[in-house]
Amino acid sequence: MPETTIPALQMRTVTKAFGGLTAVDSVDLTVQPGQIFSIIGPNGAGKATVFNLITGIYQPTNGDILLQGQSLKGLTPDRVLRRGIARTFQNIRLFSNMTVMENILVGEHKTFPGDLISIIFHLPNYQSAEKHARTRALELLSFFGPKMVALKDEYAANLSYADRRRVEIARALGSNPKVLLLDEPTAGMNDAETAEAVGYITRMREQFNLTIVLIEHKLQVTMGISDRIAVLDYGKKIAEGLPEEIQRNEQVIEAYLGRKVVVE
Amino acid sequence: MLEFAATNGGPVLFFQQLELGITLGAMYALVALGYTLVYGIIELINFAHGDVFMWSTVVLLLVSNALGLKGTLGGFALIGVLILFLAIGMAVSAFLNVSIERLAYRRLRKAPRLAPLIAAVGVSFILENIAQLTIGSGFIAFPPIFPTTALNIFGVKISILHIFIFGLAVGLMYALDRFIQTTKLGRAMRATAQDPEAAALMGVNVNRTIFMAFLIGGALAGAAGLCYNLVIAQVNFFTGFKFGLIAFTAAVFGGIGNVYGAVAGGFAIGIIYALSIQYFNFLPGGGVAWVDAIVFGILVLTLVFRPSGILGQQVPDKV
Repeated sequence: MPETTIPALQMRTVTKAFGGLTAVDSVDLTVQPGQIFSIIGPNGAGKATVFNLITGIYQPTNGDILLQGQSLKGLTPDRVLRRGIARTFQNIRLFSNMTVMENILVGEHKTFPGDLISIIFHLPNYQSAEKHARTRALELLSFFGPKMVALKDEYAANLSYADRRRVEIARALGSNPKVLLLDEPTAGMNDAETAEAVGYITRMREQFNLTIVLIEHKLQVTMGISDRIAVLDYGKKIAEGLPEEIQRNEQVIEAYLGRKVVVE
Repeated sequence: MLEFAATNGGPVLFFQQLELGITLGAMYALVALGYTLVYGIIELINFAHGDVFMWSTVVLLLVSNALGLKGTLGGFALIGVLILFLAIGMAVSAFLNVSIERLAYRRLRKAPRLAPLIAAVGVSFILENIAQLTIGSGFIAFPPIFPTTALNIFGVKISILHIFIFGLAVGLMYALDRFIQTTKLGRAMRATAQDPEAAALMGVNVNRTIFMAFLIGGALAGAAGLCYNLVIAQVNFFTGFKFGLIAFTAAVFGGIGNVYGAVAGGFAIGIIYALSIQYFNFLPGGGVAWVDAIVFGILVLTLVFRPSGILGQQVPDKV
């Protein structure tokens, strides 16, 4: 990656305080285009707050967040998404009384014409957007294999846990994001499912030309697929580097794993 | 008020009251939809909704006076006036409802839930008082523009007006259903009802979605206002209070937050209302004196024994 590339995502000395508690403390992160960048750290380290700051759920108390060099300051979550950042959730938040197809169509919301007249009267521009969105939704499902395509009219509530994770990713991809935030994409999965998830996360980056920011607890996942890793502890970034550097970092081992534990 | 209780007996009487009940039910359902759409998305009971409905009846009265309408119309004059009144009634109530949301409720969206509720009660008083200042406190007759023709089917009189109202209400409900099920804004509304934050993170403009709920709910109440003027033909500043409460009962009975529940509840309450007037006529004071107690008794029983209503609410999947 040449030095001159504009970072895909950048946090500049971002601080978020809730009353007296500083959840995120002067954190700097720079994610280069095409990277898989992991944020790790113990519970309560501020990882979730970082995602909420990037997506506009929270506004930083201090500092700035930039997408491809452009500040996201003051943008509401729907506008941040329109700029090109989509996310999934640790505790899957699909719209459970909607079908798989409808969930992905909500993810594609921004690709539709916005004026009320086109929408209400299904004018040709709306119809073609709807048709295009449905085709695209099927493409996104087929990324996860024909089995997922067959589930398109199933209600999200009826899906298996691993399938719900897949649909959530497909829904996030629906908005054609530049940056995809994955919040513990393998949480609650068994080893086989985890291995499969690792596979599709890497494939996804190539196929959809993504930059991926990952929060992950399973070290074998993070170490295996990350280009770069940042470690948070008590809201502060205590280390950043290549996976092998992080694995050797004494401070990280102490904060993240406790003393006397060796990372496999 | 109209003579609701018929004089002949037997099945003819039953079906006559049923015909009336379906007509009232169509109006209650239209207003109930406004309660349920708003509740489904922001969990606010919009106590001003009945008055938003009332304002459509008031403005239509003023317009009919301005046009100098006195008697029954026919042919194209009738069709033209109905279309005009429908457009005005829907626009007035939609505009009012959206304005209330913008001015009063939006600021209170993150406040404790009691705050917007009390604000809604306050808005309700404001709307009633302005209406009282505008048209006075009396009951003012709305001109009987619609012909009183009725079909006679085995002795049951089915008025053309009631057929018109039923058709209008069902048409609007069908349009609403299509809107919610097949358009991107409908999907956005359903998504927002379930998880507003996740919807926003998927690119849904939540403010716009809430605006749509108030706009549509208001427009439906405005259409109900026209129906009310044609059937009841009495305009009064206080109409919306009781009518709104009955429609609210219908929404709760059907399952508040559920649009199909509001329609089912509206028709059910309308039919119960009309039948109660007739079949509880043996009670002291006659059925008319008891019908409100019966309807609000249903509200209490629903809240106690089945708070999610007959069709159940779409329970939001909140974390």
